Amino acid sequence: MTATPRPYQRPVSLLWWVRRRSYLIFALRELSSVFVAWFVVYLLLLVAAIDSGDAAYQRFLDWSGHAWVVLLNAVSLLFLLLHAVTWFGLAPKAIVVRSRGRRVPPRTISAAHYLLWVLLSAFVVWVVLR
Amino acid sequence: MAEDMITMEVARYRPELESEPVTQSYEVPLRKEWAVLDGLNYIKDHLDGTLSFRWSCRMGICGSCGMTVNGDPQLTCATFLSEYAPGPVRVEPMRNFPVVRDLIVDIGDFMNKLPTVRPWLVRTEDEPVEDGEYLQTPLEMEEYQQYSMCINCMLCYSACPVYALDPDFVGPAAIALAQRYNLDSRDEGARDRRDVLTSAEGVWACTFVGECSTACPKDVDPAGAIQRYKLTAATNAIWDFLLPRGAR
Repeated sequence: MTATPRPYQRPVSLLWWVRRRSYLIFALRELSSVFVAWFVVYLLLLVAAIDSGDAAYQRFLDWSGHAWVVLLNAVSLLFLLLHAVTWFGLAPKAIVVRSRGRRVPPRTISAAHYLLWVLLSAFVVWVVLR
Repeated sequence: MAEDMITMEVARYRPELESEPVTQSYEVPLRKEWAVLDGLNYIKDHLDGTLSFRWSCRMGICGSCGMTVNGDPQLTCATFLSEYAPGPVRVEPMRNFPVVRDLIVDIGDFMNKLPTVRPWLVRTEDEPVEDGEYLQTPLEMEEYQQYSMCINCMLCYSACPVYALDPDFVGPAAIALAQRYNLDSRDEGARDRRDVLTSAEGVWACTFVGECSTACPKDVDPAGAIQRYKLTAATNAIWDFLLPRGAR
């Protein structure tokens, strides 16, 4: 008599994402989307406050000065940096360009992204400090 | 002088005996030219003939002997026992697949998914045989060659947490193989592959963990293939939106 095949399916543990560094970074990157969304909301609140006049803008600045808002924004910034860096890591995998018959090296594509990031940041700094 | 030995902790699953896998330890000679697979064959030949595992070529080509060695997806023929000295070496079946017996997993899911991406040259019209071969420049070949190195060992599925959580995911190797043909200048099947690749279970299910490319013993870089196709799919979608139907 042959045994009935009864394949064993290994259950996925609830903490599977702490088992490996790459899994952990992956989980953190997924989580980072929440903070990206928060920064969008924060920016919209800022724009709305500016639109509503000086008093509203001042109220927004006071509210932004609360310790918990500063802390939330600081944590959000860290997650945003993780998001950006991992996104830039993906870019050279997705973008395959050929120039004069040769493939543009992934490092050049990466560098172009970082360069653009620096330039845009410099522009924002210039706008703010002008 | 007594020969150096190393302990192999091997996962056993005998459905008629156990409801879940158990570990059995064996002492095997630690020889510098011995791969993990040689250790398993030593067990099978000299210690315990009931141990079941798949293998064939012993040279990293057939893709049969993929297992989890000390937690990592590996081809056991290309992983040396000495790398794990003084041991123990833990050998388990590939993750994310149902275990049939001991180290043997059911690969039916992958085998069913593979043909859905049409991993062969698709032509709308074949050229007459008298015209000879379809010629290709070295550059055209370079476009897809890396993806053609896939040996269907499924280590990438074993490494992929997305596949673990969503078994409907088409998966790294199948998508890389789809790209192997999409990027081949002789192929005309990119449109036929599109529906499967752009479905919810296709490239968009991938969240770029990157472990598939780490696990790949042939440097296929399935993660890269998937991200590249995401860009292709997004570009196609934009063109479809902008262009009138006739011009696509």
